[in-house]
Order: sequence, then structure tokens, then C-alpha cells
Amino acid sequence: MRPFLSILSFIAMMAFAFWAYRENYATQTQLKEMSEVQNQIAALRDEIAMQKAEWAYLNRPTRLRDLAAMNFDRLGLMPMAPLQLATAADVAMPLAIPLLITGEAQSDGALSSVLVSPEGEQSP
Amino acid sequence: MIRTPLRPLARILDARAKGQNPDVIERENLAARNDALRDTSRARAEKRLILLALCFFAAFAVIGVRMGTLAASTPTEPRAAAGGSEITAQRADIVDRSGRILATNMLTYSLYAQPRDLVDPAKTATALAEIFPELNAKDLQRRFTDGRSFLWVRKVLSPEQKQRVHEIGDPGLYFGPREMRLYPNGTLAAHILGGTAFGSEGVNAAQVIGTAGLEAALEPRLSDPAQSATPVTLSIDLTLQATVEEVLLTGMTTLHAKGAAAILMDIHSGEILAMASLPDFDPNDRNATNTTRDPSDNPLFNRAVQGIYELGSTFKIFAAAQVMDLGLATPETQIDTAKPFRVGRFPINEFDGHNYGPTRSLSDVIAVSSNIGAAHLGLMIGGERQKAFLKSLGLLDPPIIELTEARSARAMFQTPWNDVVTVTASYGHGVATSLLNLAAAYAALSNGGTKVTPTLLHSDNHTLGPRVVSEQTSRDSVLMMRRVVTDGTATFANVPGYQVAGKTGTAEKPKKEGRGYDKDKVINTFASVFPASNPQYVLVVTLDEPVETAGPKPLRTAGYTAVPVAAEIIRRIGPLVGLRPQFEDTSLAAINAPPQKPVAQE
Repeated sequence: MRPFLSILSFIAMMAFAFWAYRENYATQTQLKEMSEVQNQIAALRDEIAMQKAEWAYLNRPTRLRDLAAMNFDRLGLMPMAPLQLATAADVAMPLAIPLLITGEAQSDGALSSVLVSPEGEQSP
Repeated sequence: MIRTPLRPLARILDARAKGQNPDVIERENLAARNDALRDTSRARAEKRLILLALCFFAAFAVIGVRMGTLAASTPTEPRAAAGGSEITAQRADIVDRSGRILATNMLTYSLYAQPRDLVDPAKTATALAEIFPELNAKDLQRRFTDGRSFLWVRKVLSPEQKQRVHEIGDPGLYFGPREMRLYPNGTLAAHILGGTAFGSEGVNAAQVIGTAGLEAALEPRLSDPAQSATPVTLSIDLTLQATVEEVLLTGMTTLHAKGAAAILMDIHSGEILAMASLPDFDPNDRNATNTTRDPSDNPLFNRAVQGIYELGSTFKIFAAAQVMDLGLATPETQIDTAKPFRVGRFPINEFDGHNYGPTRSLSDVIAVSSNIGAAHLGLMIGGERQKAFLKSLGLLDPPIIELTEARSARAMFQTPWNDVVTVTASYGHGVATSLLNLAAAYAALSNGGTKVTPTLLHSDNHTLGPRVVSEQTSRDSVLMMRRVVTDGTATFANVPGYQVAGKTGTAEKPKKEGRGYDKDKVINTFASVFPASNPQYVLVVTLDEPVETAGPKPLRTAGYTAVPVAAEIIRRIGPLVGLRPQFEDTSLAAINAPPQKPVAQE
């Protein structure tokens, strides 16, 4: 019994030693990988910071103002004026122009309808 | 220990004599001995077990505590910078109230040389001087060859410059990484941000330290490594700041002023939404030099905070508010405005020799800006109470704000506070203070009467300051200031829909040499609150030595200079802060009507 036990414990010890050895190396590999990932994160962070700085630089108010002035012909951008602010109630209802629904039943039964105002302007 | 014999002779002999079995005695003794042995070994085993249990307990306790600390501690980013380059303590970004970047960091490179490794110092020096015009080839060559082992060539390089230096190909030239502070918006909010400089420098990194403004005042927070990932959020709004600066610059140029400043503040929280001082500078390249002896001519000078000016008639509303708060008068109380009078040897006159009749109501005194009326208010209040009131509004202390410059901006007034000071202070002379203090005092007066501490940092919860005046006084003051705009000295400020209320102030500048005041050099101020029906914002605009030359004679009163500029600022920022215009008179004619001429001046 006793020799059997000591052989068993010896084998167990060897197994644990082997396990610890492997764990040690696995940990070191993980650490190395982690530090690589962290370096990548740091590099990406730096890049993001750079992109943010560039974004802020390209969107600086003086540049936008100059661009708005340069493209005034096409865009006609003006500073906001107080009268541009209103509530939904302030928006006038559309003029009460009677709309006629014209159209014909199609083969599948749907009505392809077109709204036609009396002046003949069409809106789908 | 005396060993008990197993077969004591006396008892054996005795037993034999009695015919008993002597072995019984032996077994009896043996059993007793075994019992004793068992007891001692049990005690020993018990001790061992306790010791072992203690060991296990200690081991598990250590593991438990370690697990606890691991669980309780916050996970940290083990390394902030790329491998090798040990850039320590990144500085935190500064962003505006909606997260737009005002200051950030950028990785650049510095250039240094180790002359011992240089292959051809003469050629390298010439090539470097070609890339960097500010370097002198001969000088550089001398420094390369005088035996030193290390020398800085340039602190920061642009990527193009770095490439060109690379192309020289000399092994004695080295690049070191440098974290550089970048202000992407250029001159925008320059006086608020201040600037930075390199502190202690190494080959691989340099410490960035704030040298002025917010960068210097918040140095501990900005350079704290634990908080470097969280940006500092300012109360400034980038759009508002840009608009205020743009309008102010236009106003300053057209009115030939040599300087201008504006502050836009939330009257409830004291958060500053925009603060501009012109002329300004680029915080990326902060080396503006002063050409004259006057510190305020330096672009680095922050007029809004550092500028200590006598703010003229803008102070009259404080006297009016105090007499109302003390119950000495109501807006309708008649105030003596009869004729010039003297306090001691000091004469009190109206501006430009105006005469406003024998008496005017308190509301009128403010609307037409009567010096004599204000002087009488001062005398009604008395010096001690007036000084205490101005102090409670914060006007007599250096402004409290997150800028290093603020500490030195002490208010100036005469001590002791005699009758002459009392009278002149009621219309804004004899007491010089910072514009920021004026803005905070107007905010306190119009927000329902609680003191406001200006701040540049955005926060969602603000505590209400101590009460300065009653709510009724606050309401009446705003109504009085509204009258200044509707039919007083600031009619140009009547921006349709925004119900501007405010008070003008024109103060002649003290002469540089000698005594007295300079007639042609004035500081024009317009302190305004809007919208009057539900005050939200305070806007203070100041122009330094403006003159309106469109008419036949040059005009230097605030009603023609600071007021139109402030009106244009309010017209532009009103929609930006999301204020919907509200019209008291909704007829189209009233909206389109041109503003009236100011009725009277100062």
C-alpha cells in the first residue's frame, strides 16, 4: 500500500510540475500578446486623437465661414436670423386647393393614383 | 518522570501469597501506562491540527484579500503609449460644452544632434539651414564642431520637415517624439485657453505645462495621469464664441476702436458661453510682444478679465436697485435732477451739459442716464451701505474664474469710502473693476436676486448663491433697464423679438500723464440682459476708444458704438441659443420699423 501511495504522489507531482511549466509559458505568451494588443490600442488611440484634431481643424469656424462665403453662389448660406425660429403652430397651413384624384385601376387591382391640382401641377 | 514498574515486587509477592494471578497486575499497569501515553499524544495531535488549521486559514485569507482587492480596484490601461517611447502623462483635452475640441495633443518630433556621430557637419549645417530659415548655417556649424556631445536643433517638426531632415541622411541627427499641444481653432477663445510651453525636456519626451489662462489655472487637473482620458468640458460654446468674436471684430474695425471685449453669460448658473477679447493671438504660437508701455496694448492682455476700467453709467442700475431694495424709493419716486451741485470741492454735472428738469422718476433717471439723479441716489444710500452692496455683488474683489490672470485683476477704488466716492460710484466713476465682475453683477441683479459666481466649466448642477436683492427689486431693475432700450439711451439695442434690457456706460479714460480725464478717449460699455420678460443671458460689450464717424460729428457715446455692436451680437446669437423671438407688438410695421435715435446720452 505504502509504495503504491508514494508512486502515486510522485506521478501526481510530476503531472503538476508539467502543468505549472506549461501554464507559465502560456501566461508569458498571453502577456506578450496582451502587450502587443495594448501597443496596437495605444497606436490606434494616437491615430484617433490625430483624426479628431484634424476634424476639429477642418471644422474650425473661420474655415467654415470662408467656405460658406466662397460657395455663396451655389449654397446661399446666411447666418441664422431670429425670424427663422418658429413653433409648428406658426407654420401656415397649405392653401386649400382642392386636389383631384385621378387614376385607373390596374390589372392587379391597385389604384395608381396621381394627385392633380386644378392648375395642372402634378405631385405624386 | 518516574516510570511506574509493570510488576511492582511488593504487589506481586502479595498476590502470590494470596494465590492470585500476578499477570492481572501487570496488565492493569500496562493499561494505565497506555492511557497516559494516549492522552499526551492526543494533546500533541490537537496542537498540530490547530497549527495546520491556522496555516490554512492564513493562506486562504491571503488569497481572499487578494481577490477582494482585485475585484474592488478599477481596471487600468496598463500602458498609454506605444512601445519604447515612454511618453508620460498625456495632457487631457479641452472641449466646449457640446464636446467640440478646443485643445488637444498631437504627436510630433523634435530634432537633436549628437555632433560626434555627424559625418559631415558643414554640409549638414547648410542643409538644415535650408530647411529651417531661422537657423544660421555658420552658427550651426560652429556649434556642431565645438566639442559638445549633444545639442537641440528644433523643438517641434512638421511631418514634411521631418522627411526633409531624413533625406539629409546624416547619422548624427536624431528625432525624439514630442507630445505637442494643439489648438485647432487658432485664435478662437485664445484668451480663455491661454497657452502652454515645454517644461522639463528629455530626448524621448517633454512635459507640457500651462503658461496662461485656463491651461495654467487647471494645470493639476489637466496633467493628472488618472484623468487624462476624460476631457475638461468648458461652458464655452464654440459657435457662440465664433459668432461673438466675428461681430465684435467687425464692430471694432468699423468704429476704429483699439480694443474690444464681450462676455456672454448664463444668468442662473454663471456659466460663460462666450468670452472674447480683441485684439487676440494664436495660442499655438504664443509669442506676441508688447511694443508699447501700456500692458493693455498687448494682444495677450485679456480685456474681459484683466482690464480694470471705470465702467461709467452701467453702475447707475446698482444704485437704483439698492434704493429700491432698501425701500427708499420705487420706480415712480421722483428724484431731484435739478442742477449741478458740489460734493466737497467735486462738481457733479450732467453729460454734455444736459438738463433733465427739476425732478424725474427713478425709472427715468436710469433711462436718460442722469448723473445728478444717480448722485442723489448715492447720497440717499450712504457710503457704508453702498460699499457693502457693491461688495456683495462681487464688484470690489478680483473676479473669480478659472484663469490665472484673474487673481491679479484687483478692483480699484479710493479708501476711505468718503462722500465723493459714494456720489461718483453711483454713476460708475471712482471705482474701476473688471468686465467679468460687471457681467456677474448684472446676472445677479436680473436672475431673481441671487449672487452669481462666473465659471468656465460646464456642470449640470449649480447651487444658488446667497441673496443679494429681493425678487421684486430684480424684476423692477430689469423693467428699468428695458426702458433704457425702449425709450432711453440704448434704442439701437431694440432687437425685434428679444426684448433686450440694458444700460449704457461711457467713461472717459484717465490721462496717461498727469491728472484728469481724456475727452477723446472713452471706454464704451453696454451691459444687457435678454429677454426682459424672462431673463436668461447677460451680454456685456466694451469698446476701447471707439468713434462713430458716419455722421457729421464724431460720436463717442456708448449708444452709438457699443450698443449697435451688442444688438448685432444678440440678433445673431439669439437663434443659436434657441431663443424664440417674442414680439410684444406683433404688427409687421413695428417689426420692420427702424430703431429710433437714442434720445439722450449719458
